[in-house]
Amino acid sequence: MIRLQNIEKVYRTDTVETLALNKVSLEIAKGEFLSVMGPSGCGKSTLLNIIGLLDEPSKGEIRIDDQKTANLSDKQLAQFRNKKLGFIFQSYHLISDLQVLDNVELPLLYRSATARERKQLATEALAKVGLSNRVKHFPSQLSGGQKQRVAIARAIVGRPEIILADEPTGNLDSAMGNEIMDILIQLNRDEGTTIIMVTHDENMAHKTHRLVRLFDGSQVQ
Amino acid sequence: MLKNYLKIALAVLRRRKFFTFISLFGISFTLTILLVLTAFIDKVVGDNYPDKKRDRSLYVSRLSQEGKNTMSSSPPSFYFLTHYAGSLKTPVKIAISSGFNGTNTYVNNKKIAVNYKYTNAEYWDVLEYDFLEGKAFNKQQVDNGDKVAVISQDMKKEYFGDVPFVAGQYIEADNVKYRVIGVVKNVPITSYMLYSDIYLPYTVAKDGGYKTNKGYQGGYYGILLANSASDLDKMHNEYEQMVQRLPAEQKQFTKVNSHADTYIKSYVDTGNERQSGTFIVITAISIFAFILMILPTLNLVNINITRIMERSSEIGVRKAFGASSRTLVYQFIVENIILTLLGGLIGIILSIIVLKVINSANLIANLELSINFTVLFIGLLVCLVFGLLSGVYPAWRMSKLNVVTALKAQ
Ligand SMILES: Nc1ncnc2c1ncn2[C@@H]1O[C@H](COP(=O)(O)OP(=O)(O)OP(=O)(O)O)[C@@H](O)[C@H]1O
Ligand SMILES: [Mg+2]
Repeated sequence: MIRLQNIEKVYRTDTVETLALNKVSLEIAKGEFLSVMGPSGCGKSTLLNIIGLLDEPSKGEIRIDDQKTANLSDKQLAQFRNKKLGFIFQSYHLISDLQVLDNVELPLLYRSATARERKQLATEALAKVGLSNRVKHFPSQLSGGQKQRVAIARAIVGRPEIILADEPTGNLDSAMGNEIMDILIQLNRDEGTTIIMVTHDENMAHKTHRLVRLFDGSQVQ
Repeated sequence: MLKNYLKIALAVLRRRKFFTFISLFGISFTLTILLVLTAFIDKVVGDNYPDKKRDRSLYVSRLSQEGKNTMSSSPPSFYFLTHYAGSLKTPVKIAISSGFNGTNTYVNNKKIAVNYKYTNAEYWDVLEYDFLEGKAFNKQQVDNGDKVAVISQDMKKEYFGDVPFVAGQYIEADNVKYRVIGVVKNVPITSYMLYSDIYLPYTVAKDGGYKTNKGYQGGYYGILLANSASDLDKMHNEYEQMVQRLPAEQKQFTKVNSHADTYIKSYVDTGNERQSGTFIVITAISIFAFILMILPTLNLVNINITRIMERSSEIGVRKAFGASSRTLVYQFIVENIILTLLGGLIGIILSIIVLKVINSANLIANLELSINFTVLFIGLLVCLVFGLLSGVYPAWRMSKLNVVTALKAQ
């Protein structure tokens, strides 16, 4: 379903040139739960951003669902992300000005859906993460674990085939981290969603189907 | 979609109170100044009571003589207006009136300040005052030197109190009693050539200057009325030629200057022969309006950039979940337009209050300022321009933001 071929990413600043990814080739099957590990600065986030079409590789090719993504326009990319991809970030990135329900509805704003459909889907997604009683809260009124569950609801509300999670449990204690992990595992098992997760936690990684290790931009496992 | 923009816009405004306050203050304050200013200009320039024949009138308000080192400038004399301006062929009538003078009078031992001016009989033909009762004095009465007076509505109320009619009663000014023969609607003092509380025949003037002063300069204004608007140019040229032929009165002077100008031109006349008053005033007003508008716009752009960059995480998230750059630009512009329209609304309300205060404080005699629809429309338009100007650039800059960068900046 996802195919990376010889991906390279070079960051150039005035003084240094960083090779964040070095000839990474990876194939991820539909329904797979993959974790990515490696020391800080080895290129995990970079890899995830490139798979999520949030960033472009310097070299190499990505195909998602057998579609080349290199030449898509800004608008096409936006539509592609909206339909196929869901993101979960380490620092949640909820919109603080919006209530929980509006935050979860966000991806549906960018496709054709009526206000009622949006509300219904968002309510369902919130039920799945066990937050039905928090819809009117603002993000600042939630705990870290609750925020991340809202973020998961937002990621799954549009029923994307692929979820990209960058250290989703990184800011949480192990109990809350396990809760989040359980939701993701369940999502993968019940709905067949492909999940790619970056983590620093060996225990979390071992609960997934496959582990990819990066070191200094190169794939070592 | 629009409803969602509205939702987020209002949420943002509510949460960022300081930013909202600054923006709204900037917009509404500027708009208020603009609205009050335009209401003022509109009134002074646009209201043509009582000189409704403005389109075929030329105004003479100044005569100056200049020499090598000296210069003398004042309104022309009665003699000049009757003998020189009066000899012209094009004008069908000439309204002549003195500037207004102040004096005190007493009603029931209460002192009231009154302004009076002298006019000829044709004054009442050239100008179309609204008579609430009675009528103006005619040529016969002027020639006889009858002690009759036309008074303003306010004067009537102040002097006689709330009575229905006063024609035939007597009003005292400068120790002389005059018989009131007419009451007219008030003229604002900004129409300085036409404003007064009491209008008297020029022949009753105590100083007799209209008889004794045979010089060019004096204290009278003239309004030359042409047969039709198409005769204005001809009348203007005839006047200019007449003035050019005038010999200087004294040998220290070499040149006589005086112009018969259209209303606006005479209104903004600076007395400077070399630079037109109209030009100076228009330039000044444009520069003023421009600065007035550009400063808050720049300020808004600046605030908006900071504000939008502050929301870069939101931008990153929206992009990640499927917003295209164009959708985001649209969202931020809509937000700004909502903000500026809100500011506009406050500005309009503020202007109404300010105008009410100006009117009720009677800072400027008889001037009733009001918001008219043109001004309101211009105001709203200015607001929209503000909204677009201050929204487009930041929105465009923001849309260029890379998602990863936007998400990282916190
Ligand atoms: N925008 C950028 N400009 C320059 N260098 C960058 C940029 N983004 C990342 N890098 C560099 O690329 C390398 C990989 O960064 P990346 O964020 O992918 O690491 P990571 O594996 O996610 O680390 P962590 O576990 O700390 O999140 C790092 O050396 C980083 O300094
Ligand atoms: Mg990272």
